[in-house]
Amino acid sequence: MDRVALFVLSVLVIASAIVVIRHKNPVVSAIGLAFNLVAIAGFYMLLGAQFVGLLQIIVYAGAIMVLILFVIMLLNLREEALPHPAGTFQRVLAPLATLAFTGVIGRALWTASPSTFPAAAAGYGTADSVGKALFTNYFYPFEAISLLLLVAMVGAVLLSKRRLP
Amino acid sequence: MDWLGIAISLVKIVVVFSALMGGVSVMTWVERRVSAIIQYRWGPNRVGPWGLLQPIADGIKFIQKEDIVPASAHKPFYIAAPALAVATALSAFSVIPFGSEIQVFGRTVKLVILDMDGGILWGFAATALGVYALVLAGWASRNKFSLIGGLRSSAQMISYELPLALSIASVVLMAGTLRPTEIVAQQAGWFFHWNIFKGVPLLGFILFTVAGYAETNRVPFDLPEAEGELVAGYHTEYSGMRFAAFFMAEYVNMMTSSALGITLWLGGWQLGFPVPLTGVPLVILQVLAFVGKLAFFQFLFVWIRWTLPRFRYDQLMDLGWKGLLPVSLANLALNGLLVALGLNVAR
Repeated sequence: MDRVALFVLSVLVIASAIVVIRHKNPVVSAIGLAFNLVAIAGFYMLLGAQFVGLLQIIVYAGAIMVLILFVIMLLNLREEALPHPAGTFQRVLAPLATLAFTGVIGRALWTASPSTFPAAAAGYGTADSVGKALFTNYFYPFEAISLLLLVAMVGAVLLSKRRLP
Repeated sequence: MDWLGIAISLVKIVVVFSALMGGVSVMTWVERRVSAIIQYRWGPNRVGPWGLLQPIADGIKFIQKEDIVPASAHKPFYIAAPALAVATALSAFSVIPFGSEIQVFGRTVKLVILDMDGGILWGFAATALGVYALVLAGWASRNKFSLIGGLRSSAQMISYELPLALSIASVVLMAGTLRPTEIVAQQAGWFFHWNIFKGVPLLGFILFTVAGYAETNRVPFDLPEAEGELVAGYHTEYSGMRFAAFFMAEYVNMMTSSALGITLWLGGWQLGFPVPLTGVPLVILQVLAFVGKLAFFQFLFVWIRWTLPRFRYDQLMDLGWKGLLPVSLANLALNGLLVALGLNVAR
């Protein structure tokens, strides 16, 4: 059952990711990304982390992607007429990045032992356990991220308040 | 595999979703009759007794209508949008408990489709994905009125999701759980044990209700389909059953929104007073109590729609960001303080 779900989700994730980078229409790409985010939330749920999975849907698919979609529609971006020509920088870096990525994935596959899904411990991945972990073990990183978000928020307000000439 | 468990789940899904759809058809009749009474007209009173068969006649009419897809529309999204609207609306309802539990074939069955730890978040996630249906419908129609309607709906729903989430967070803070069945169980006994009287009384529920009206795109917040300005907003181009699907989704969303409010603040299926009954009669009474509360809030939706005028767009945004958001933040902070002091809370 888990394996079937894993297979279906993997196909959905990869297919939607390809749509995101290959489709010429920005709105279709954005929807592909939203689909991708929801499918990844499925992975989280499969691994027993239902709280993180639900937050993934609410925050990324439900809020951030809707805002991105909103901007794309507001700017009324049309389908790209021509593909962007790749620059020299990209020509050199892209193969290197691909090689590095293949290496990492290959090593992970090589060392991973084929196993079934580990049964999640009781109470694993619930709001309770995630909250406790955030406010005890990971307190300082959590607060640092809060600060970062605050800075970003103040920056956004400042930018929107700037008078245009 | 647990076939009996799967069968019970399927039965629950079919029964609840059919009941919701039945509720939707009754609501279309109620909406038209009550609006007629409010406006001193008759309303639909020809088909069947008191016009009660009108929804069936409407359904037959919708099926017969030509299914029009505009030539310039983005066809896949245009077709997917109404289906997505109904699917997300129905799945959001699945975490709502509508009764305590019954014994079936020697096992205890909770009267809720999906009893999960983050149940309330599930409802939120489904509603959040429902925004896509409206936005996509607006965009895929390739019509300026539809597009503006879709954009308005996305801006509005994101703005009002914040006070909605914060008001729910205040209840979750008091209850100490995200599981709807547990929240309902905590409100057992007399009605003054309901969450609406806990923490800062009434405020959270009022915030939730106002934000809920905005989330469901109902008057006075129906800017996405303001017919005076946008023809019909995001569903301008839709006809036949696809239009009906948006209509159904709106009514199911109304029911989910009220049901969530009832579950969190008004005791869910709790009767609000002790009765000397046990077993099946008690469960039937509980389900009836839930349906009764739901029916009242559906009526309130209709009542408000035909009584209040629509907001202007800037007023809508002002109310959301400058009114509801600070008040709901204050509500959350006050409730947090009360929980920390151990005063007037659920636990």
